[in-house]
Amino acid sequence: MIALILRDVKLGVRAGGGALIGILFYLAVVTVAPFAMGPDLNLLARIGPAILWTGALLASLLGLERLFQIDHEDGALDLLVIARHETPLALTVFAKCVAHWLVTGLPLVLVTPLLGLLLNMDATAIGATALTLLVGTPAITFIGAAGAAVAVSLPRGGLLVSVIILPFTIPVLIFGVMATLGAVETFAPFLQPFTFLAALTLFFAVLGPFAAALALKGLQD
Amino acid sequence: MSDAAASKPGFWTSLANPTRFMGLSASMLPWLWAIAGVLTIGGLAWAWNAPQDYQQGVTVRIMYIHVPAAWLAMFAYAVMAASALGTLIWRHPLADVSIRAAAPIGAAFTLICLITGSLWGRPMWGTWWVWDARLTSVFVLMLMYLGIIALQRAMDDPAKAARPVAILVLVGSVNIPIIKFSVDIWNTLHQPASVIRFDGPTIHPTMLWPLLVTAIGFMGLFAAMHMLAMRNEIRRRRAAALRRAGARGPSAAPATAVLEG
Repeated sequence: MIALILRDVKLGVRAGGGALIGILFYLAVVTVAPFAMGPDLNLLARIGPAILWTGALLASLLGLERLFQIDHEDGALDLLVIARHETPLALTVFAKCVAHWLVTGLPLVLVTPLLGLLLNMDATAIGATALTLLVGTPAITFIGAAGAAVAVSLPRGGLLVSVIILPFTIPVLIFGVMATLGAVETFAPFLQPFTFLAALTLFFAVLGPFAAALALKGLQD
Repeated sequence: MSDAAASKPGFWTSLANPTRFMGLSASMLPWLWAIAGVLTIGGLAWAWNAPQDYQQGVTVRIMYIHVPAAWLAMFAYAVMAASALGTLIWRHPLADVSIRAAAPIGAAFTLICLITGSLWGRPMWGTWWVWDARLTSVFVLMLMYLGIIALQRAMDDPAKAARPVAILVLVGSVNIPIIKFSVDIWNTLHQPASVIRFDGPTIHPTMLWPLLVTAIGFMGLFAAMHMLAMRNEIRRRRAAALRRAGARGPSAAPATAVLEG
């Protein structure tokens, strides 16, 4: 399992620069926002967390297609499915999700402080956004694994994955932005939405790999 | 499997034979249409004569379409989730047909619910739309229906699409309890549940009875449309199978085409 994570991380970083595209997309979404809303720094500071969360969500959705696609093309996915009597398939999918998140999700969290500075957010808001993204983006990857597995055999599944996964990510977005707001404003609670966000991540960490494993098994017959 | 079980299949198992299903549904369909028509039209006519609300006036009558449509939107999804279980566990051949037939109908009821709700919201709340928990979760349900339909359309072979679609439906069923209890958990603009609750309905009987009759009528309408769509889907698959057989050459095609069951 560790070996699988290491292999996927290496492949993700080296081959084709998938991680870099995610970050660039995130950067593009965040830079487009001030152009669309005008360069009012106070306004940007207030809605900054929402912009960052939307950008991170879209960037995560964009990269989901790569989760199984490359392995499916070169046949490695079939081997992983066949080996399910030694390692349960759900565990394999979980490992792949962790690797995928390390390559695409974690960089998003790491560049968030920089983008927060561009949006004139103060230190608490930046810290809160990075923290909620750190807790929340794995949920998107885990539930996205189910969508990616369902669409992996389709010729042009990339956009379809985003469309069918988007409804499931809305609660993650809601609680993530709510927790960030709670950290910044005094009237809103922080801990309650934050624990909800963590619960969503844990819940999807179980549900997503199981559903994805079921879909991948169905692919074989 | 024991001999007794093999010799006497249950009701659901016997339906796995499409011909038997076609025969049964053909005899049930006129009755379903009749029940649905009588109850829906009767319920709506009764609702039109029900007393007006002392605050909302005549607009309260939107409720008689809005509330049954909302129930049916969730009910259709529940039917799809049950069919998804049937696909994944028992590999029932008609379960996939049922999902495929129910998705557009459920999406239509969800759309009716959203449109009537927004028409009702305009005079009552002063706005067409608010991002309140109930409205948002129903909107998410609509997106999910559309995603499922998109996934079904994306795959050419219905037999191959069956499992992925069933998995997606099951994963999405997480949302149904969220919709049901969203008004009780988050206390927002949409009113809390007033018909199905532990301490009995809080709505006056003169309004409750027409509402229930209309809801049962809508339920019959759903059942009739669902069955009709399932019959069409079975015919469509038979036609596709015949076309494939015909493409393999004249010798492979059956001598007599069996489209009707």
